[in-house]
Amino acid sequence: MVKAERVCKRFGSVEVLKGIDLEVQSGEVMCVVGPSGSGKSTFLRCVNHLEKVNAGRLWVDGQLVGYRQKGDKLYELREKEVAAQRRDIGMVFQRFNLFPHMTALENVMEAPVRVKGENAKEVRIRAGELLDRVGLGAKSGSYPAQLSGGQQQRVAIARALAMKPKLMLFDEPTSALDPELVGEVLDVMRDLARDGMTMIVVTHEMGFAREVGDSLVFMDDGVVVEKGVPLDVLTSPQHQRTKAFLSKVL
Amino acid sequence: MNAKDDQVTVGEPETIRAVPVRHPGRWVAAAVVAVLVAMLVNNLLTNEAYNWSEQWKYLFAEPVLNGVRNTIWLTLAAMVGGVLLGIGLALMRLSANPLLRWAAWLYLWIFRGTPLYTQLLIWGNIGALFPALGIGIPFGPQFASWETNALYSAAAAAAIGLILNEAAYMAEIVRAGILSVDPGQQEAAHALGMGRMLTMRRIVLPQAMRVIVPPTGNETISMLKNTSLVTAVPYLELTFTAQTIYSSTYQIIPMLIMACIWYLALSSVLMIGQYYLERYYAKGSVQGDAGRGLRARLVGGSGGAA
Repeated sequence: MVKAERVCKRFGSVEVLKGIDLEVQSGEVMCVVGPSGSGKSTFLRCVNHLEKVNAGRLWVDGQLVGYRQKGDKLYELREKEVAAQRRDIGMVFQRFNLFPHMTALENVMEAPVRVKGENAKEVRIRAGELLDRVGLGAKSGSYPAQLSGGQQQRVAIARALAMKPKLMLFDEPTSALDPELVGEVLDVMRDLARDGMTMIVVTHEMGFAREVGDSLVFMDDGVVVEKGVPLDVLTSPQHQRTKAFLSKVL
Repeated sequence: MNAKDDQVTVGEPETIRAVPVRHPGRWVAAAVVAVLVAMLVNNLLTNEAYNWSEQWKYLFAEPVLNGVRNTIWLTLAAMVGGVLLGIGLALMRLSANPLLRWAAWLYLWIFRGTPLYTQLLIWGNIGALFPALGIGIPFGPQFASWETNALYSAAAAAAIGLILNEAAYMAEIVRAGILSVDPGQQEAAHALGMGRMLTMRRIVLPQAMRVIVPPTGNETISMLKNTSLVTAVPYLELTFTAQTIYSSTYQIIPMLIMACIWYLALSSVLMIGQYYLERYYAKGSVQGDAGRGLRARLVGGSGGAA
């Protein structure tokens, strides 16, 4: 579903990603852990072209992200084509980024109606079902400011799901939450994984990674240090850096 | 522990009845203000120069009503045109194209750096600069051409002058509004597959409105009064009408005060409109000034729906 080949990303003179090679199979849940500044969020943002890759190649569902290749020449995609690629990729942000001037239901309805031009009546029904699915059917008329952090993040997940994505990206979805609210968001993500959604989850929740993840990637300083089955990586890390990191967070 | 201690801990604590702090300064200030108000009222009632009956005679006279109508439409035209052009300039200022950014900056530099009165004088005499207006290819042949003064009226000069000036100020207000929206909002919209224009229209501008509306209301109230400067064109709005009347009746102060009464009435209507507009765009925000009542907003102070 996702394939990264020697992906590099620079911000000015700072090299944030130094050649990432990764592959995510359809239906796989890949958790990415690592210290802050290791480039894990940047990698996630490259996958839906919120950041432009400087070198290397990145494919989602067989399509090159952000470019079209003809012979050995790369052509930048037009804004519309980039937008079309993003439609199939859902993203959930650390700070939720719900649209504050819309109710929960309107947040979920916005993209299917405005981007895909779907019938508003049908979308309204589906959006209601999605809010039910994340346990917020009763809150559909609330504005984001009236919801707790955990509730907002669940609305954000429903909003991403409304576009029927093939791939879901989670950028530290529970890091901005009060501890007692983390569980409700992880529950929704666990259900999603059980339903077979392909997911890349940047997280600090090692318990979630072990229980739900099919694979675990440890990143540090812009490179993938270690990748494997979560239980193996967490209990018997092969690299010194992984050991040092895990000893701090576990 | 003795019996006395027990008594204190049993039951409700005693309500505090302390002697409040005295504020003698407030009484002095109130007395000063009261005397000044009394002097003003006395002057308004006894000074013959106000000539209230003369004012009353003209307040709803047809020439004055015509001036009021012109003031109102000029204000509306200047604000609608200024907001639309201002949005365009703001988007140019935020554009990725350096030439557009530079052109917008140049526009702002000229129109904010010169007085409105002087600009209006120029628009009133533009025929001297461009005697004829035509349609054609730039630097090439012309297909048709008209004499400027035939196309151009005082009303057009007044409206154009006010619109172009207002656009420069609105551009900065709109730009500040757009920049006030969390960049995460645009990212979230883009991640959902929304294009730049759609994101601007559906996500960024509606949120920017909360920042844009209050200063725009102030701009509208300023504009209502700035229309009086189009006497420079000259165009017959409220103040110029008052001037034409007193130039034949010599009742200068009564006519000017009559004009002020109209301006006050109109700006009061605008203030009420601004309140409802701000309340509408505060949708989805928990706190905010708009939570205060209408009376508190208009009169000020800490009263209202607290």
